[in-house]
Amino acid sequence: MAVGAGTEVLTGQDISRALQRIAHEILEKNHGAAGLMLLGIPTRGVPLAARLADVIGGIEAGWEAGRSLGELDVTMYRDDLNRGPIRPLGATRIPPGGIDGATVVLVDDVLYSGRTIRAALDAIADIGRPKAVRLAVLVDRGHRELPIRADYVGKNLPTAADERVTVKLQETDGTDVVLIQRTEGER
Amino acid sequence: MKHLLSAQDLTRDQAIQILDIAEEMAATQAREVKKLPTLRGQTVVNLFFEDSTRTRISFETAAKRLSADVINFSPKGSSVSKGESLKDTVLTLGAMHTDAIVVRHYASGAPYNIAHAGWTDACVINAGDGTHQHPTQSLLDAMTMRRHLMGPTPVGQDLNGLSIMIVGDVLHSRVARSGVDLFTTLGAKVTLVAPATLLPIGVDTWPCGVYYDLDQALREAPPDALMMLRVQKERMSAAGGGFFPSPQEYTRDYGLDEARLAALQRHAIVLHPGPMNRGLEITSGAADGARSVIVEQVANGVAVRMAVLYLTMTGAKGKVAA
Repeated sequence: MAVGAGTEVLTGQDISRALQRIAHEILEKNHGAAGLMLLGIPTRGVPLAARLADVIGGIEAGWEAGRSLGELDVTMYRDDLNRGPIRPLGATRIPPGGIDGATVVLVDDVLYSGRTIRAALDAIADIGRPKAVRLAVLVDRGHRELPIRADYVGKNLPTAADERVTVKLQETDGTDVVLIQRTEGER
Repeated sequence: MKHLLSAQDLTRDQAIQILDIAEEMAATQAREVKKLPTLRGQTVVNLFFEDSTRTRISFETAAKRLSADVINFSPKGSSVSKGESLKDTVLTLGAMHTDAIVVRHYASGAPYNIAHAGWTDACVINAGDGTHQHPTQSLLDAMTMRRHLMGPTPVGQDLNGLSIMIVGDVLHSRVARSGVDLFTTLGAKVTLVAPATLLPIGVDTWPCGVYYDLDQALREAPPDALMMLRVQKERMSAAGGGFFPSPQEYTRDYGLDEARLAALQRHAIVLHPGPMNRGLEITSGAADGARSVIVEQVANGVAVRMAVLYLTMTGAKGKVAA
């Protein structure tokens, strides 16, 4: 599948401003940081969740990221394991207290079909019973295939189905940028 | 990976991938809800032509934890006792749309035959064939060694630089053969110790050192991991079958007792694939001692088999996976 060079839709500064805003929105809706837990979905949801935790820790003194930040691998809950190549597994790290009774905020880079989030909800149900589950994404590109929506969105990005949204982050790719690329026909 | 037939087929990267996925699988097994929906709707048949406790239960547990349906087959009480051939048995399973077949067979090469004779398009996993291979056993051994001997973060690592000693009935042991293959692929140095009567012809061509004297071997090639093999009485004609003069003499020369245990390096671990002949190749003191990781091997076996089932049974069918 050939991919064009791509247009930059979010710069590093845009990403950081969006995360600042999302952190404030999470705290506003949650009435503070009590009971809040951030779970990043590998690969790029993990550094995004860590950055959100940093921002929240800076706003709410006394909120410890170490006890409220984790990662949740959803690979084994996906509904497309019988298609495409074999998927490598990511790590799942749940904070020591567990998720029971917490307000869990799932963090991912791009919300597209909604199937990853569906898998994440199943994964969460196997780990415990949170008080509530919310969803924060850096980019919502539309084209949902399931009745799922995000609570916190960095940027709504109307796309065509044959376009590809690429999120690059310092921690995983060495640079902060969101690109939109047009794919030239299916393989 | 479509089949897992021999440890020899695994590259270093593939082996590390299996061990890394096994670590993630092991992490899920510490949860309250241990079942994952990964293989929902798929069927695994355990085709066991030879007696087994831990391997069969381990594969059954692994498949069930991944939500596959499991059917256990044993030749006793089946049409095999009426003389049905292996081919017809496998064709029957194929007609019932089996997704994976886990084979234990007394004949070396039976799993290869099932996988490549065109009788079935199911994934075939070798759970031990004759005196040939037992790849999941050596994978769980490698996982156990990696956890104990390769530092606090095993993920991504091989067994580079480890000295692994395998002692006992190498002649009849598929565990030893898979172990030599896998451990050397992962960068370890393997030493075999056995009486000459219990070493196969051609062992000099294997990528490992050979000793006939256990005490000399422990002095000259001090192991990080010491693996005691079971004396396979069922593959010998009478007690000892002429392979050694008497069980007492075998125990004296090749058994792991307290004195040999004390001669090991401080960090060294003791493995045994089970089932153990306590008092023959290993004393109870050594089997239950602080260095023994024998029970842990069983726990790791479930994780390794979950990883192997995951890697063979997911992905687009018919596509060669990366």
